[in-house]
Amino acid sequence: MNRLSALVLRLLPAALAVAVALGLAAIVAAVGGHAPGRAVGALVSGSLGSAENVADVLVRATPLVLTGAAVMLAFRSGIFNIGAEGQFLAGALAAGVVGTKTGPFPGQALVALLSGVLAGAAWASLPALLRIRRGVSEVITTILLNFVALYLVSFAVNGPLQEQSRTYPQSDALASTADLWRLAPSIDDRLHVGVLLALLVAIAAGALLSRTSLGLRLRSAGLNADAARLAGFPVVRDLALAFALSGAIAGLGGAVELCGVTHRLYEKLSPGYGYTAIAVALLGGLRVPGMVAGALFFAALGAGASSMERTVGVSAVLAVAVQGATLLAVAVLGTPAVARRLERAGLRRPAATGETS
Amino acid sequence: MIVEFLAAGLALGTPILLAALGELLVERSGVLDIGLEGTMLVGAFAAAVAAQQAGTPLPGVLAAAAAGVAVAVLFGTAAVLLGADQIIVGTAINLLALGGTGALYREVYGETGTSLVLPTLPRIELPVLSKLPVVGPVLFSQHALVYLALLLVPVMAFFLARTGLGLRVRALGDHPRAAESLGLPVRRDRMIVLAVAGALAGLAGAALSLASAGSFVEGVTAGRGFVALAVVVFGRWSPWGVLAGSLLFGVASALQFQFQATAIRLPYQLFLMLPYVLTLLALLLPRGLARAPLALGASYERD
Repeated sequence: MNRLSALVLRLLPAALAVAVALGLAAIVAAVGGHAPGRAVGALVSGSLGSAENVADVLVRATPLVLTGAAVMLAFRSGIFNIGAEGQFLAGALAAGVVGTKTGPFPGQALVALLSGVLAGAAWASLPALLRIRRGVSEVITTILLNFVALYLVSFAVNGPLQEQSRTYPQSDALASTADLWRLAPSIDDRLHVGVLLALLVAIAAGALLSRTSLGLRLRSAGLNADAARLAGFPVVRDLALAFALSGAIAGLGGAVELCGVTHRLYEKLSPGYGYTAIAVALLGGLRVPGMVAGALFFAALGAGASSMERTVGVSAVLAVAVQGATLLAVAVLGTPAVARRLERAGLRRPAATGETS
Repeated sequence: MIVEFLAAGLALGTPILLAALGELLVERSGVLDIGLEGTMLVGAFAAAVAAQQAGTPLPGVLAAAAAGVAVAVLFGTAAVLLGADQIIVGTAINLLALGGTGALYREVYGETGTSLVLPTLPRIELPVLSKLPVVGPVLFSQHALVYLALLLVPVMAFFLARTGLGLRVRALGDHPRAAESLGLPVRRDRMIVLAVAGALAGLAGAALSLASAGSFVEGVTAGRGFVALAVVVFGRWSPWGVLAGSLLFGVASALQFQFQATAIRLPYQLFLMLPYVLTLLALLLPRGLARAPLALGASYERD
């Protein structure tokens, strides 16, 4: 296989994602009688247009990098964690309790983040328990827990955590010591330290998977649990650990979003980061660089969609449809039937190498 | 008062019941379609558009069923015919449906906020039964989809347990390879089952936008497709169990409205949480999954 076709293959999902985004924007704009060209233009310029957009995209990408890393770690360990959304919310809720009900004290932000980590891990432990003890697939249980978390947050911000004035269903603002440090307040006030933290955690998760013996065991369990068991790996213990780690990373995502961006807990804290994370991780081929690129892509898409909504009037929720279409395209491209066609066209190595999902 | 309350529970449980019965069939054939939420949502949107254009509800119901079939066929093409991962494809369908209907709704009906008034499904009074004292006027004066859903419960129970075709569906879900070796076209049959379930999910959407909600807003299903998924597990893959789970959800939702309407300050979120928590508890019990189809969720590749 020559270099060019390898490059085409590598870029195929990304190119598809961009094409899908622009195509859907044009179609939906045309249905509503808007100029398709203007919608596409606004989508592009809103995401890449100016330097100040870059900070916006980085901040938007942060929760996606963390939930994406959580999904990546789970999927490569053979766990279908559809519950990053719930774990994210559990993390945000825990950080919200710490941030509004304690302090202020120095280091409060760190305590808030740690409690988010623990809450996310705890939230992922029930599906782990059900899978290990009862053989229940985590697909359904993690989805169920997403809704439990959502209603728990809703209950909290309408009840025990509601702001003192009892006006809106939201918590009070966090104590100032619970806010994350700004990276460059003189350049852009939105850039918080969580942006870097997310990147470090994603790299660490990738290194854990590919460079440690624990990672080898997790990946083996993901590829073939029976073989891993026969090899003498402590599969059950590792599985529980992988669930907890995945939940912990997603929970950190919730805490970082709360302490770094929203500073208050409210119901719609997550526009579905945990679901977008699945598209992010798979678009990136379940590898760190690709996953981070995927997070940046969907963050830019979100920024572009907001700008398109403001200027052309096409709803920003279109970005969600693009996530779906991209995910569908990536899933279909990875199937044996389609892979064979790509092989014949010289776009894919014969016999898929490495792990798929 | 208690009867009215039960009637409300029945009406609110109907979209769940319709969707869950379809999903039950799909899962018994070995396919896990978590795109149910999206399928319902597209059905609800199609129902809203068609009913609003026609000015009567019936075209809406038909459009919803057709749209449901279309979404299910899309799911099936990727997940059954091409063998892509069912969970990934289901997640993709949900995102696609949420974003697609949300954006199109905005394009067709303009700015969100102006709520859409739709022609709603008429109540049908069943002869004799609706004349029963107390219970009759309330329980037997519902819209057609409520009766359809209730009728489908014994029909599906009979179909699965007592007919040759039902056995065939179960064989697809428990041992597709054995089914194939007997000459059954596994993927084609699963596509047919998916299409039927898609129609039911579409009707569930119609029941939502043309009756329960009487309107369409972005994300109107609000997780009901996922409740239906939970109900199938809660009901242990049996139509009667699914009926019980759906009614439980309906009653919990009715309770929630009741509490919001009266001055009783009970946190309604706890009621909304109920179907999810109960399903998790049911799974915690030993043998909670005793009746799950053996090949559930595995894509089928011929040797």
